[in-house]
Amino acid sequence: MRSLSLAVTLSAAIIAGGCAMQQVAETAPAPHPGVKFGKPITNADIAPWDIDIRATDGKGLPAGRGTVAEGKTVYDAKCVACHGADAKGGSVYGTMVGGIGSFTTNARVLTPGSMYPYAPILFDYIRRSMPMDRPQTLTANEVYAVSAYILNLNGIIPAGAVMDQTTLAQVQMPNRNGFIIDDRPDAKAVRCMTNCR
Amino acid sequence: MSAKRLSASGTVVAAKDSTPPLGDTSRRKFLRRTGALAGGALATGVSAVHAAPLAISESSQAFGKPIAADDYGMPSKYEAHVRRRRSDVLKNRQNFSDWSMTPLQHQHGIVTPNGLFFERHHNGTPDIDPAKHKLVIHGMVKQPLEFTMDALTRYPSVSKFYFLECSGNGLTDWLKAASTTVQQTHGLLSCAQWTGVPLSWLLDEAGLAPGAKWIAFEGADGSGHTRSLPLKKALDDCLIVYAQNGENLRAEQGYPVRLLVPGWEGNISVKWLRRIKVGDAPWHFRSETARYTDPMPEGKWRQFSFEMECKSVVTHPSGGMSIQPGMHEIEGFAWSGNGKIRAVDVTLDGGATWREARLEEPVLDKCLTRFRLPWNWAGGPATIASRAVDSTGYVQPTVQELAKVRAITGFVQHHNGVFPWSVSAIGEVKNAIA
Repeated sequence: MRSLSLAVTLSAAIIAGGCAMQQVAETAPAPHPGVKFGKPITNADIAPWDIDIRATDGKGLPAGRGTVAEGKTVYDAKCVACHGADAKGGSVYGTMVGGIGSFTTNARVLTPGSMYPYAPILFDYIRRSMPMDRPQTLTANEVYAVSAYILNLNGIIPAGAVMDQTTLAQVQMPNRNGFIIDDRPDAKAVRCMTNCR
Repeated sequence: MSAKRLSASGTVVAAKDSTPPLGDTSRRKFLRRTGALAGGALATGVSAVHAAPLAISESSQAFGKPIAADDYGMPSKYEAHVRRRRSDVLKNRQNFSDWSMTPLQHQHGIVTPNGLFFERHHNGTPDIDPAKHKLVIHGMVKQPLEFTMDALTRYPSVSKFYFLECSGNGLTDWLKAASTTVQQTHGLLSCAQWTGVPLSWLLDEAGLAPGAKWIAFEGADGSGHTRSLPLKKALDDCLIVYAQNGENLRAEQGYPVRLLVPGWEGNISVKWLRRIKVGDAPWHFRSETARYTDPMPEGKWRQFSFEMECKSVVTHPSGGMSIQPGMHEIEGFAWSGNGKIRAVDVTLDGGATWREARLEEPVLDKCLTRFRLPWNWAGGPATIASRAVDSTGYVQPTVQELAKVRAITGFVQHHNGVFPWSVSAIGEVKNAIA
C-alpha cells in the first residue's frame, strides 16, 4: 500500500510538472543554445550553387544570350522527347503553348505563356530543373535560347528577338496581374448542430 | 483472406468488393470490435451466436523465428496490404514528378510510420551521402555560413509533433466522387515527431542584414525545388530537421536534412535542403506562380496561400469498406495549420444534425488529432461526415461553401471541405462528395 500511494503521488507530481512544462513550451520558443557550429564561407565559393533568379526584376540572371532559332535547335535535341514537337505536348507532358485568355473559362490551360507572371521564371526553372534527366547541365546561352523559343511559340516575343539578362527581364507577360495574395480565411461556415438543411 | 469477410453471424461470405486492402480492413476492424458487436447485437435484439470451440494454434507448438544478429524490423507478412500507393485516379505518364499516399484507413493513433509517410517529389528521390552534404546560408546575412551534418547534429536538438499535408490533397474529389478509399481522397497527409534545430538559431548565427524579409529554400534534388518563405514564419516555429519518428530521415523524406514548416502546405518544407538565401522580397519561382496557386473567380490565382486550414475526415467507416449492423466506433483525424483542434462534430444524416465527437489526447498544435464516436448502426442508409473547429474558431466548410468564394476548376489546391461517406442499406461505404 505504501508503494502504491508513493506511485500515485509521483504520478501526480509528474503530471503537474508535465503541464507546467507544456505551458512554457507553448509561450516561448526554444532558447538559443549560444553555440555556433557554422563555418564561414565566401560568396565566391557559394557561386556554383547560387542559381536563383528573382523573377520580378531578373536579379541573378547571368551573362549570355540566345535567339529563337538557337532555342529551337536546343529544344529539338534535348526537350522534344517529353514535350513534343513545337512544344505542343508529347509522350510525357502536355502543351507549353497557348492558353492565354483561357482563365476566364472553365477550362484553364496552364502554359508558361498563359501562367508565368514574369519571364525570368523560364530561365530559373529551365536551368535548375530541365532537362529532367540532366538538370543543371545547360549553358546560360542554351537556357536563354530555349526561353526565347518558348516565349516566341506563345506569341509573346517576335521570331527575331534575342534574350539576355536585360531583354528577358523586360518581357511583359500576359498574366502579370493575374495573382492575388492570400486573403483567407474566405469561407464562412457556421457550427450548426440541428435542423441544418 | 482478402476476398472473404465474416458476416454478422460469424459465417464467411464472399466479398462483393474484392479490393484486397479494404476487405482486410473491414475484417480486421470487425474482429477487433467483436466484443462490442456482441453487446450491440443484444441491445438491438439480434441474437448473438456462440463462438466455435478453440483449437491449439501452430504458433503455440513450435519454435518461433530466432533473433537475427542484426536486423531492421519489418511489419508482419500479414500486413503486406498496408502500403503507400500512387494515385489510381490520375494517369501520370512518368514517375519522377509524382506522389504516393498514406493508407490512413490502416493508421492507428496519430503517428504515421516512416515507411507509410506520403511522398511528393519533383524529380524522384536523390541518393545523398550525409558525409558529403552541405547546407549554406547566404544572401542578406552578415556572415555566409556552411553547415555539415556533423555540425547540425552538434546543436541541442528539438523534437516536435507536426502533421504534413500536400496542398493538392483531395484535388481529384471536389465536385464528383473519383476516388474509392480515404487513402486516395486524403492520403497526402501524414504526421510525425520531427527532430532537428530551430531555423532561427542558424539565422541568428549568420546574422540577418537590415531589410531582410523573405528567405528562399532550395533542395539538392534534380528538380532543385525552391520556395520563398516570409521571415516572420521562419523565425517563429520552422525547424531544420534531420530525424523523423526516432530515426534519421528516410531518403524519400529529405535525407539527410530538410526544412519543416509547421502547418503550411507540404511542398514548402523543402527536402534535401542545400541552400538558404535571405532576401528582401519573394522570388516568384515557378513553384509559387505556375504551380501551388489556387484558381479564383474572374480568371485570377491566389498566391502564397501557405496555411493548411482546419480539416477533418472519417477514416472508419470509409470508402471501400463493408460494415455490418451493430456497434461501430466512428473514428478519424482532424488537424489545422492555424492551431489546435477545439472540437469535431459528426453527422450521420448528411449534415442535417451533428453531434460532438470525443477528442483523444494528445491534442497538439498543428498536429493530427484523433476523434471517436460510438455508433450503433441499425442497418439503414446513412451519410457520415466530420466537421472540425480549430482554436481560432474557424469551422471546416463544405465544398459548396468553398465554391462560393473560389473557382473549382482543374487541379484545385487546398481542399479542406467536409467529406461525406455514404453507407448503403447493406453496409457498402462509398465516397459521397458529390
